[in-house]
Amino acid sequence: MTTRPGFLATCIAALIAVFLLMPLVAVIPVSFTPNRYLSLPDGEWSLRHYRALVENPAWIKGFGLSVLIGLISSVLATGLALLFSLGIWILQPRHAGLWMSIALLPMVAPPVVSALTLYFFLITLSKFNDFIAFDTWAGVALAHTVMIAPYAVVLITVALAQVDRRIDLAARGMGAGLMRRIRSIILPNIRFGVISALLLTFVLSWEEIGVTLFITSVNAVTLPRLMWMGLRDNINPAIAAVSVILIAVVMLGILTKTVLQRFAKGLPR
Amino acid sequence: MPHITRSALLLVPLLGFMVLTYLLPFLGIMQWSVTLPEPGLGQYEAALTDPLVLSVFLRTLRICLVVTLIAVVAAYMVTLLWVRGSPAQRLVIELCILIPFWISVLTRAFGWLALLSTKGFLNTWMQSLGVLSEPLTMVRNEFGVVVGMVHFLIPFAAFSLASAMRTVDERVLLAARGMGASRTRVFAQVFVPMTLPGILGAGLVVFVFALGFFITPALLGGGRSVMVAELIYLRIFQSPNWGLAAAISMIMMVGVGGLLALLMRQARPSGPR
Repeated sequence: MTTRPGFLATCIAALIAVFLLMPLVAVIPVSFTPNRYLSLPDGEWSLRHYRALVENPAWIKGFGLSVLIGLISSVLATGLALLFSLGIWILQPRHAGLWMSIALLPMVAPPVVSALTLYFFLITLSKFNDFIAFDTWAGVALAHTVMIAPYAVVLITVALAQVDRRIDLAARGMGAGLMRRIRSIILPNIRFGVISALLLTFVLSWEEIGVTLFITSVNAVTLPRLMWMGLRDNINPAIAAVSVILIAVVMLGILTKTVLQRFAKGLPR
Repeated sequence: MPHITRSALLLVPLLGFMVLTYLLPFLGIMQWSVTLPEPGLGQYEAALTDPLVLSVFLRTLRICLVVTLIAVVAAYMVTLLWVRGSPAQRLVIELCILIPFWISVLTRAFGWLALLSTKGFLNTWMQSLGVLSEPLTMVRNEFGVVVGMVHFLIPFAAFSLASAMRTVDERVLLAARGMGASRTRVFAQVFVPMTLPGILGAGLVVFVFALGFFITPALLGGGRSVMVAELIYLRIFQSPNWGLAAAISMIMMVGVGGLLALLMRQARPSGPR
């Protein structure tokens, strides 16, 4: 006797799994089309859209800009989130819930409302300077920091929740100061949480399009913004080539993680 | 105590940052909604009476309800196998959920365009098989929007359903089976009721998410089935009416806030685990 799902349930789940993978698989042949428009390679396969990616300066610039913005905003967001989460954990302040909800606001508000808010923020700043302003890379990096910081707060807070308070109390009892406790006691215990916060926030900034669409026009064109333009007007198969590369990177990452986890489980304890 | 004040300084940077970059500009949007183009609640009145805006609100609600229903049911079936299947099945399903989850919304929308457009895979295949004589229109309409949104939201629903399903005690299911209940009956009368809070929670999360959708409807709807988020974009950048866009944003924020409050009450543990 078993409580495993039956044959019918397995079949339905398999169909849904196929549905989930379908659009990702469909992108692959399109990227090899010899034509300039969205079409299937008809006997003739071509690498021209991949070549376009390395030869066309717009794609190279978009790629570079996305990496730059991703690095700056993920480091900034994780740094701010780390300080904040440490403060909440150490102090356990009375209004922790209120502080937390302010910190998480950009994550729970509808993205389009955040986009409008950050648009307002940046056009207001544009009146005073043209560095952190509408349609500049620094403005985008700042806006991304706002959007991704809540995710870093969540990950680091979860990591902190697993730290045994007694080791911190012991260190404090033995006379360690605040900085010493953070540096030698707390940080080593949450380093995986901090690293995953950095990774997640980088990916979120790298993919961000909803807010980016509101706060850029022609100068700060990130990779997603470039893809958006290619999808909106007439569909450019070069996007398929970018997509195939991104899908390959994601699959590689997930498979590596899965294999590593299996391997770690297989080791003797 | 100096110690308390020093560690309180840790909270200041992020809170200050959020107040400066988010809360104050948000107040600015609020101000837009009651001052542009003239002071008063005119824009709210317009948002709630203008037939065009109303039709967008209604369409958004309708699409979101349909999408939530389909996404939660589909996610339930796939999560069933993810949580309760054999180890091999679990691994395959996990990959099928995680890989799309990590892939950009733009790539996914592009994939659906490649599959569903009039010269896409599905139409080409069905025509060459002789099933169709004329291509079916499956994107640039509500169908495409629903497909794209369901695809985007299934992983989110699956995550929250999985945590609900993992708390189900397998011995309860075994007991029901032992007392002679059929598989179907155990599923319908024991398993589903036990995971009902999880289903409601997942539904609420997915619905709130769906309300704010912008990219997928804009690309797969092709400007023909505009939803609230896209309307805000259009009122800022294409046929400007900033006050109206701000008022719609405020209405949306209140709606989502209400739903989130509901979700918080839902999430609060109500009984022994």
